[in-house]
Amino acid sequence: MSTAATEAPASSEAPTDLPPVKRRNAELALICVTIVITMSAIAVAGLNLNGQLPGAMWGYGLLFGAMALATHLALRWIAPYADPLILPCALFLNGIGVAMIWRLDAADSGEIEHAGIGMQLVWTAVGMILCIALLFFLKEPRILQRYTYISALVAIVLIALPMLPVIGISEYGARRWIGLAGFTVQPSEFAKIVLVIFLSSYLVTKRQVLSLAAKEIKIGRFKIMDLPRARDFMPMVVGWVMAIGLLVVTKDLGSSLLLFGTFLAMLYVATQRSSWVIIGLSVFVLAAALAFQLFWHFEQRVNIWFNAFDREVYDAVGGSAQLVQGQIGMAYGGLFGTGLGGGGAHNIFAADSDFIMASLAEELGLTGLMAILVVVFLLVQRGMRIALASRELFIKMLASGLSFVVCFQVFVVLGGLLRLIPLTGMTTPFLAAGGSALMASWLMIGLLLRMSDNARRPAPKAIQDEGATQVIRR
Amino acid sequence: MNTPIRRLAVFSMILFGALMLQTTWIQGFQAESIREDPLNNRQYSERLSEQRGPIQVAGEPVAYSEDVSEEDDQARYQRMYNGGTLYTPMVGSFRSYGASGVEEAENSLLDGSDDRLAARNLRDILTGHDPGGARVELTLDPEVQQAGYEGLANGGKNGAAVALDPSTGAILAGVSYPSYDANDVVSIDEPQAAVDNYVELEQDGDKPLLNRALNERYPPGSTFKVVTAAAAIEHLEATPDSTMDAPDTLDLGRPLPNATPGGTCNNGDPDTLEHSIQISCNTSMANWAIEVGGNRLSEQATDFGFNREETLKTPLEVTPSLAPAEEDPNILGRSGIGQGNVEATPLQMAMVSAGIANSGDVMKPYVVDRIQEPNGESTLSSTDPQTYTTATSASTAQSLTDMMVLVTGQGGSGTNAAISGMDVAGKTGTAETGGEQGTHNWFIGFAPADDPEIAVAVVIEHGGGSGNENAAPIARQMMEAVVQE
Repeated sequence: MSTAATEAPASSEAPTDLPPVKRRNAELALICVTIVITMSAIAVAGLNLNGQLPGAMWGYGLLFGAMALATHLALRWIAPYADPLILPCALFLNGIGVAMIWRLDAADSGEIEHAGIGMQLVWTAVGMILCIALLFFLKEPRILQRYTYISALVAIVLIALPMLPVIGISEYGARRWIGLAGFTVQPSEFAKIVLVIFLSSYLVTKRQVLSLAAKEIKIGRFKIMDLPRARDFMPMVVGWVMAIGLLVVTKDLGSSLLLFGTFLAMLYVATQRSSWVIIGLSVFVLAAALAFQLFWHFEQRVNIWFNAFDREVYDAVGGSAQLVQGQIGMAYGGLFGTGLGGGGAHNIFAADSDFIMASLAEELGLTGLMAILVVVFLLVQRGMRIALASRELFIKMLASGLSFVVCFQVFVVLGGLLRLIPLTGMTTPFLAAGGSALMASWLMIGLLLRMSDNARRPAPKAIQDEGATQVIRR
Repeated sequence: MNTPIRRLAVFSMILFGALMLQTTWIQGFQAESIREDPLNNRQYSERLSEQRGPIQVAGEPVAYSEDVSEEDDQARYQRMYNGGTLYTPMVGSFRSYGASGVEEAENSLLDGSDDRLAARNLRDILTGHDPGGARVELTLDPEVQQAGYEGLANGGKNGAAVALDPSTGAILAGVSYPSYDANDVVSIDEPQAAVDNYVELEQDGDKPLLNRALNERYPPGSTFKVVTAAAAIEHLEATPDSTMDAPDTLDLGRPLPNATPGGTCNNGDPDTLEHSIQISCNTSMANWAIEVGGNRLSEQATDFGFNREETLKTPLEVTPSLAPAEEDPNILGRSGIGQGNVEATPLQMAMVSAGIANSGDVMKPYVVDRIQEPNGESTLSSTDPQTYTTATSASTAQSLTDMMVLVTGQGGSGTNAAISGMDVAGKTGTAETGGEQGTHNWFIGFAPADDPEIAVAVVIEHGGGSGNENAAPIARQMMEAVVQE
């Protein structure tokens, strides 16, 4: 870890170490709260839908609770110093998602007792197992730094898979799925993790040259920004070409925006140079606008964004109908929501996946959505805190990168629903229905938990204190 | 590296802040105006099982709400429709995802939320009655409607028929074929079946959801010649005896032939305006249009109600008809015989006919006769007939009437519309549609010619025959339903 060794501890910065406190019991208490919340959410939905306590409250609720507790116990054993807030936050979001999907399915299938969220729970279980397995087998995440170019290759392959002719699946105007043995997988969900791993290791080695060599741009005596040397633009150009290429081929503006945004954020963390971000963002916006102008109905996109409530835009094929229905749902939700099962969220297309935030906003209201956002925010900030507390640069990059992915993904999805940015189809971490997204989310949680465990664990103690050679136990 | 990480953390806080602010804006401040947006079709699904006032034709309900709840349960109302497919294009349907026809246009009165019912509702609440919606009485005449619908159904081809009372503008019939039974798409007990049925109708290539009478435009063909003749009389001071060149074919870019028997109007000699209308001569009428000029022909059409920017509401919205001012004489000539860029709704052509029948004044068409209070005791409002537009002078209208009477008489092109014992004014039309499919067949007219009680327009889509063959018999049956009582 030569690069890590060169980073001298910055004396000017405040100490960022985390105290070596386990607080597993606090975590257990919080997890119990999330289980109660999940079960009550299913109960409320059942009461609203047909006036009876649904059997699913016990069946699915307790199953989910058992899975949550099992994960907690595994954590006590494998990563006892892991951050105690991360798992409850993830479980809260996962549980609310499960309850909402159950409620939507109950309304769709009509027969409340036959409402199936079996698959969502199976994917949750698979995700948790993946998370535990990752914690168990990956004791030192920094070994991932060795696989710089392999991870780059894997990321590219994952991103490119949906573009392949036979297995690639194009639906709802975007190519983001592949078909595998009867399942559809969304490789971009995993690609973003691998991409963060690649960027972390690549940028850690290249950060010096990217951040130091620069031309100052001045107006008079005032420095405007540092302009990087032309030959250092290469990584930026490659990232940009890939993002735009992805956009052009898959029409998936959401994934393209997410991956490129993550790239810029990590470039900034590595170099601390805002010029990279400004340059990158402007060329991306320009190229995306140009691409839409050339290839598709850019005007319609903009129209859907700005004039969603226009009758013509609403009625057009691929128009703003879904977005408007989502917003009308949110409007019915108001401050306190219609209550789970009390609204009309199930009438909106993709109410349980891309539009789950709109469904939640309608039935839990502004208050409930705020609570969810606060929990996601907490999760993101805990991730950032891990980045601050870690000592190795690669780990800092990885932790902050993964946290930002969660944050930016929620922003792209909800921002689209709220018409802050153009609407793009994308899943919401932990909340939306779908196996790929859930597994990817739990893998990210696994990485964060592992890194936090390493960051908080007390320094290794020498078990013998003489001589130059020490035996170290961790 | 901690500084950029901190900044990234702050940046993510800003992103969340933006989301929270925007959510607050939409769910807190904008919520009410979004809920009231016309695109919000939940206002229908929410009120689906509430009581609505009836829609009536000739005193009999054609749409009404019936309580279908079990005894002692909260009342749940199912909307029911009488008359099967007959009235649906005008009456419409009230579904979970929207409404059409009068159900949509008079929604606030039917569900009782209209301000005009506020005092009444308050009184009902105070006295413990259920506040209900108003009764909406339509102008439709069941016999005329029936005659038009049967005529179209027997022919089996898509089409529309409109009948107006020329002196008031009251719509006596608004027929569109094919239609659908509104009961199929409104069930509150089987909502999924209702939606499935509606989706099936939406995807039907024959467009049963479309009200062709008001919302479909067709080239009017030769029926538009009366507009050209009106322009000639008004602007060129022509008389029925004025003559115009009527060659057997006229070169308008492509040769324009005559569709008269033998392909000739007056053996190639100039033909009188009267005779040109009687036998529906193409070449002379095209020449008249060129003589009148594009602007004045378009203005004359506007005087009949074409080319209006403001949507005509009956209160059902009517698609505007078009007769643009042409500069190219080749296109202008074709406009003069209702081809080229001229397109008209069946209602618009009925208005042309009614305007001539009413001494040149086109009355504003309306389908809601009056609104009555929920119990039917007193009338809240009734529609006063008003002049929509003045198309021609009374003398021009008289000349046009005289010429149109010849159409249904001996040697005319529309003999199938003749009714024994009275003069019937009429005009046939056979419109080229450009494609492989057959011509549209039209008939417009009114009866009795000397004291008009009813004006009609009938169109058969791709009938493939002549207006006299396909449309005139239906028009006659509709007129007979009024004049032979």
